[in-house]
Amino acid sequence: MTFTTPDFLPALPEMFLLGAACVVLLADLFIPGRNRSVTWLLSLVALAGTAVCVLALEVGEHGVMTFSNTFVLDQLAILMKLAVLGASATVLIYSRHYLAARDLHRGEFYTLTLFSTLGMLVIISAPHLLTLYLGLELMSLCLYALVALNRDSAVGAEAAMKYFVLGAIASGLLLYGMSIVYGVTGSLQLDQIAAFMVAQEERHLGLILALTFIVAGLAFKLGAVPFHMWLPDVYHGAPTPVTLLIGSAPKIAGFALVFRLLVEGMESLYVDWRDIFIVMSVLSLIAGSVVAIAQTNIKRMLAYSTIGHVGFLIMGFIAGSSEGYAAALFYALVYVLMALGAFGMILLLSRKDFEADNLDDFRGLNQRSPWFALVMLLIMFSMAGVPPTIGFHAKLAVLSAVVNAGFLWLAVVGVIAAIVSAFYYLRVVKLMYFDEPQDHAPLSGGVDMKALLSANGIAVLALGLMPGALLGACIAVIP
Amino acid sequence: MFSDLPLLSLIIWLPILGGVAVFALGEARVAWGHRLALLVSVLTALLGVGLYAAFDNSTADMQFVERAPWIEAFSAWYYLGIDGIALPLILLTVLVTPLVVIAAAQSIQQRASQYLAAFLIMEGIMIGVFAARDALLFYVFWEAMLIPMFLIIGIWGGPNRVYATIKFFLFTFFGSVLMLVALIYLYRQAGTFDLYTLQQLPLDAGEQMWIFLAFFAAFAVKIPMWPVHTWLPDAHVEAPTGGSVILAAIMLKLGGYGFVRLSLPITPDAAMALDWLMVGLSLIAIVYIGFVALAQSDMKKLIAYSSIAHMGFATLGFFIPFMIVAGTGESTGARMAVEGGMVQMISHGFVSAALFFCVGVLYDRMHSRQIGDYGGVANTMPVFAAFMVLFAMANAGLPGTSGFVGEFMVILASFRANIWVALLAGTTLVLGAAYTLWLVKRVLYGEVANERVAGLQDLSRREFVILAALAVAVLGIGLWPAPLVEMMSESVSALLDHVLQGKL
Repeated sequence: MTFTTPDFLPALPEMFLLGAACVVLLADLFIPGRNRSVTWLLSLVALAGTAVCVLALEVGEHGVMTFSNTFVLDQLAILMKLAVLGASATVLIYSRHYLAARDLHRGEFYTLTLFSTLGMLVIISAPHLLTLYLGLELMSLCLYALVALNRDSAVGAEAAMKYFVLGAIASGLLLYGMSIVYGVTGSLQLDQIAAFMVAQEERHLGLILALTFIVAGLAFKLGAVPFHMWLPDVYHGAPTPVTLLIGSAPKIAGFALVFRLLVEGMESLYVDWRDIFIVMSVLSLIAGSVVAIAQTNIKRMLAYSTIGHVGFLIMGFIAGSSEGYAAALFYALVYVLMALGAFGMILLLSRKDFEADNLDDFRGLNQRSPWFALVMLLIMFSMAGVPPTIGFHAKLAVLSAVVNAGFLWLAVVGVIAAIVSAFYYLRVVKLMYFDEPQDHAPLSGGVDMKALLSANGIAVLALGLMPGALLGACIAVIP
Repeated sequence: MFSDLPLLSLIIWLPILGGVAVFALGEARVAWGHRLALLVSVLTALLGVGLYAAFDNSTADMQFVERAPWIEAFSAWYYLGIDGIALPLILLTVLVTPLVVIAAAQSIQQRASQYLAAFLIMEGIMIGVFAARDALLFYVFWEAMLIPMFLIIGIWGGPNRVYATIKFFLFTFFGSVLMLVALIYLYRQAGTFDLYTLQQLPLDAGEQMWIFLAFFAAFAVKIPMWPVHTWLPDAHVEAPTGGSVILAAIMLKLGGYGFVRLSLPITPDAAMALDWLMVGLSLIAIVYIGFVALAQSDMKKLIAYSSIAHMGFATLGFFIPFMIVAGTGESTGARMAVEGGMVQMISHGFVSAALFFCVGVLYDRMHSRQIGDYGGVANTMPVFAAFMVLFAMANAGLPGTSGFVGEFMVILASFRANIWVALLAGTTLVLGAAYTLWLVKRVLYGEVANERVAGLQDLSRREFVILAALAVAVLGIGLWPAPLVEMMSESVSALLDHVLQGKL
């Protein structure tokens, strides 16, 4: 029996992050509470170091597999990992001030964020059902705990409970589906599963059953209707920094999950999962745009808006072409950029003993701070899909892909949903610009946060004027 | 030398960047903001004059072309160029915007630098719409325009401004996104967003019909045509003076420009098949909306309805050619109709701007738009009254003013198509005269109605400059329309050759 040492190099970022997260965990024990910013800084360094590791790695056109084909690093993974790391770092920078103002500034936040980021990186690099599930659970368990970060908050505890129970059901569904796949195909490795399916002459009924469970599990994780119930409660109940985290980086991991499982593993069943996705997309578009109108809490409103955006994102998968997947990836990245900005604005407006999570708290922002009102304006118009912001190009990419796939009617449904949702985004702009402010307190937040949030707003506009590079990168990494 | 510069990019981006600079100056340095805004808008106007000077009338080709890759994934180009149809509209834009900037110094007190910034940015975006040769670029400019206008009406508007601005936004957004779907479909057929390629793209009758209807949703809302015009009176009434001026003078023209630039050349056969609908809706706008205007008691609303009726002439001019050719078999009348529609758009740009400025002058003094609150204003404001009578005459289409030229050309051309169409269109001469002159009579003449009217001050120097500039434009086009018509005639002929040939 021979034992060959696997090639550790492709997993270098994950190993580095794991080590660094442990260091942060240990170091935090010896850092007194008033110096918590050291933990913050260490966490940022950990993320930056991981990003450097990702950048340092060279992969060929087809990527490299290692650990007996349970780990893959390809161009797609590199792009998504960089995006996840960037989003997590942004979360940390936006959150520090908020946490420090309300006795939530604990080491747990940082270590859990780092570990959940690690989970996302693992999902992104998973060519194997076990790796995939491992990453998913690592990410989800950390997020469940983070939602309950504020122990004394009843709403937070309720949200965490809902998130955990529903998340566990979703994981169970996914795992059940995976086990059927394993039973039928005899393999856990996605490329072998794909090869098995291609070799089949007829569709295997067991695989269709498995597919149903897998798609349901994925829809839970993404928050697509009818598996979206947890999303508004969790977004609303979680402390805003955690909402910011849940609303951003995991969407990229969600894309990876769907792409690895359905496209790389089960593309032979395209027609079957496409039909399920069409139904989910239409329902998500409708629910996301209509129900959001009735919300008065901006976190809930953004939660429903997320559901609508998921409806658009999965249109890219419906198209079922490289172009469509690239459009979906682009949409996910753009959405993360916008979500970071939107939740970042809530954090900016919040201060000690004051949560700016009602729509009314944005009243008259233009008079308090014309610049940040403009940033929020750009983000809102971007979410509505109005040019010249980047949100328009994201919608254009997915719509163009579905039109090319022959689903003109779906594109029409999409744009009508966009009109309806424009109404509630406009309402935020209306509150900021047309109404008088109710409170005149200066904005909180440190220089680092303000600078990054400004950059975030400018990016929404600048990428909208020049979307070519990012879109080109998305197209280049999809095989 | 001069024409080697990227003139179109300059004329688009100078006001946009100027607007950003004015915004950055902030409210604390608003006096500098005014100066900078004026400087930028005058420089832009000079650039416009330069464009006109360097423009070659004798060709229908695109001029001042700039082309650079923009989004390779969509094969979209940053592709600019103008012909004789776009240039007059650009000139209209650059000439009207400085007047709005001048007027703002007096009438806008709150957040003036944001107000000026919004107008400058919008100026650049509107020029971008006229200059874009790439459908995606066109669409981006087209939609981007909504953002500053939304803010202008919403921040500086009247009491019911929020309702009006959201209605404005959602109406126009609804039309635009359907156009977007049509553009995506075309892109999928042609593999490019280049407008020229799209114009040459073969399409069967069914495809053309759907695309035409999608374009129709966008442009009919914008121009606006009956029955999707209801946002316009609300938006006009609530908008601040400058907003009304830009809305009436330029934004409505974008709808007409869209018909000429996209609907007619890309879907000529559908336009021919549906010309009865377009002509019918235009006539409804002219006749029915004319009566509606007669019944208004709010000055701004009256002018808003009169705008809809006047734009009915533009659409009539653009779609009657099919009937003319079907009836007479020759295309000179068709050319006159389209040119008439274009002249009507330019003329209405100046006339409606002037009328909204006049209402603004009164509103700044009395804070009322109700006709009933006025009466005998000519006694206290004689200079103002002289200007207003001139613009009212132009609105009614008096020979010698710009309003006459376009209407006359369209009516004359309509006679070759169908005498009933021409007769119905001709009712505007009566109706237009009725509602405008009645407005003038009730506001300007008669006894001084109340003490507030008795205390009115005549025009300030600033207001005089604005109205005088517009009066020069209105009389200039009215007395000597030849340069304007010559500017566009080659482009219009080329357009009609293409459109009448059809794609089937």
